[in-house]
Amino acid sequence: MADIKIPDSKKLILGQFGEDMVVKFLELRGVRILERNWRIKEGEIDIVALYPNGTLAFVEVKTRSSLAFGEPLEAITPAKAARLQRLSLAWRACHARRWGSFQIDCVGVLMQHDGSYIIEYRANVL
Amino acid sequence: MSLGQSLSIALVGLTGHVISVEVDIADGLPGYSLLGLPDAALMESRDRVRSALVNSGEVWPNKKVTVSLSPAWMHKSGSGFDLPIAIALLAASGKIPESRSAHTMYLGELALDGRIRGIRGVLPSLIAAHKNGIRIAVVPDANLAEATLMSEMTVIGMDNIASLLHWLRTGERSHVQELPLEDSSPDDSLDFCDVAGQDAARFAAEVSAVGGHHLLLIGPPGTGKTMIAQRLPGILPPLTREESLEVTALHSIAGSLSSRSPLSTTAPFISPHHTATRVAMVGGGSHQIRPGACSLAHRGVLFIDEAPECGVGVLDSLRQPLESGSITIARSVGSVAYPAQFLLILAANPCPCGMFSGRGRNCTCSSQQVRRYLSKLSGPLMDRIDLRVEVEPLGRVQLMESELNNSSADIRKRVVRARDIARQRFSLDPWKLNSQIPSRALRTQYQPERKAMTFLHSELDQENISARGLHKIMRTAWSIADLASHERPTLEDTERAFTLREGVGA
Repeated sequence: MADIKIPDSKKLILGQFGEDMVVKFLELRGVRILERNWRIKEGEIDIVALYPNGTLAFVEVKTRSSLAFGEPLEAITPAKAARLQRLSLAWRACHARRWGSFQIDCVGVLMQHDGSYIIEYRANVL
Repeated sequence: MSLGQSLSIALVGLTGHVISVEVDIADGLPGYSLLGLPDAALMESRDRVRSALVNSGEVWPNKKVTVSLSPAWMHKSGSGFDLPIAIALLAASGKIPESRSAHTMYLGELALDGRIRGIRGVLPSLIAAHKNGIRIAVVPDANLAEATLMSEMTVIGMDNIASLLHWLRTGERSHVQELPLEDSSPDDSLDFCDVAGQDAARFAAEVSAVGGHHLLLIGPPGTGKTMIAQRLPGILPPLTREESLEVTALHSIAGSLSSRSPLSTTAPFISPHHTATRVAMVGGGSHQIRPGACSLAHRGVLFIDEAPECGVGVLDSLRQPLESGSITIARSVGSVAYPAQFLLILAANPCPCGMFSGRGRNCTCSSQQVRRYLSKLSGPLMDRIDLRVEVEPLGRVQLMESELNNSSADIRKRVVRARDIARQRFSLDPWKLNSQIPSRALRTQYQPERKAMTFLHSELDQENISARGLHKIMRTAWSIADLASHERPTLEDTERAFTLREGVGA
């Protein structure tokens, strides 16, 4: 089981914090959160959300505490985005219902030293 | 608005095509895609442009960047698009005023620290840009010397992207480098007065310069064959501005401008080694088709020392450019025509050991070896060579009288005068040089004197010369007549021309 990376607790807490902030950000804008951290063998969807207009959004959140390794959004490579798309298909298969249109959103959360944070929300990136 | 545009030039051979560089910055995951058939060097531009911009204090857009080089069907290569991509990108992100960037042409490779590096082919690109109505161009400082030759355009040299951006934003230039437009004088170190003796060879060189006749020098080592060839550019008339532009453009594409001052009006002198391949001689290459030695020698001298030692077919590959004055190279990426009007000077030893001259007493080669050696110069090639001269070993007396010889400057004056006479004579004809007179004109309008014709016809009857040889001799006779200010080649001129061609039994 060498290929499973076990993130240390610091990273887990940072990632969790970023996702919480995004959920808050979405709820403030009237978006309904359907599911969080939906996990299957292929991977995990951070947030599944339903926009007021009926659009289903699968949201990937990337949180970073510095720019030393680049912008948070840069870490979402085309391969990761494609995997997210596959996961979204799996999610819809598991939740059989007549869903409207759907999209993939990517969010970068950048923590500042003073505890504030910047959310960069890119809707419908694929 | 997140669209930006700038202009650049893609070269196919000597021909430039205007390329519009468009950049779109869209929301989406950060990424960069480059469209428009880029080659490997151009693909890598992304990393150069990014580092150069960031290290010059600019912000790289953390968005989806799409760069399109149109027309999209044309293969584009090289690093010269770095600068136009960077400018279009900054225009797209609103960092520079669109009005300034859109109508200016940019050329240059970017270093990671933001410096602008020199590229190949700047002059032909500028010529193409001017033809397409572009009036302002930004080029690397390193290429400014050749770029200023294009005096019809406003050419701005920049050595780093920060000062370029400062100029685009404010209209101020931090430093202005002015280059004096001087015509470099011919290399004084190579003067004909250094050549001791060898009157026949020196006369042949002069005739060759007047009429553009190709020349073969045969002689043992150390008799001055190379010396004479090296001094030929010095007696050719100086290049006109158009010719100089053309020559500099060719050298710019080949990336060999360092060996030649871009503002030089001296005819180029190219001497490929006898191990050169056919591609080195005529040009080629798989991605970008580069000019070969025969195109670099355009309007100048192509000197091949030890010609019989050349590989099979290398010399014969020169037959087409000798005939047409240009060379067309076809490869999978396309076909390209380069001009190749050169004066061919071949030098050869008389035999493998080099000593077979005069009575050949010191020669150690067998008679068969001697015969075989010069027969490596193929018949069709030899047929195109009007002047064949034997360069004899020098005697003591000839070495003593060296200071009596003419200097290059004097010979050049004579050559220029003779060429003026020829130009006036050919004012109504499409050709310019005596070696270019078509055979039909030689039989009618440009016939030598009657006595000279009788001489030539009797040689023809005795099968000493072929019909083609007859015409070649008549052309050479015209050059000799021009040198002697004769209105028409006399019997004496024609006899000298005959000796210059048929004197050596090669």
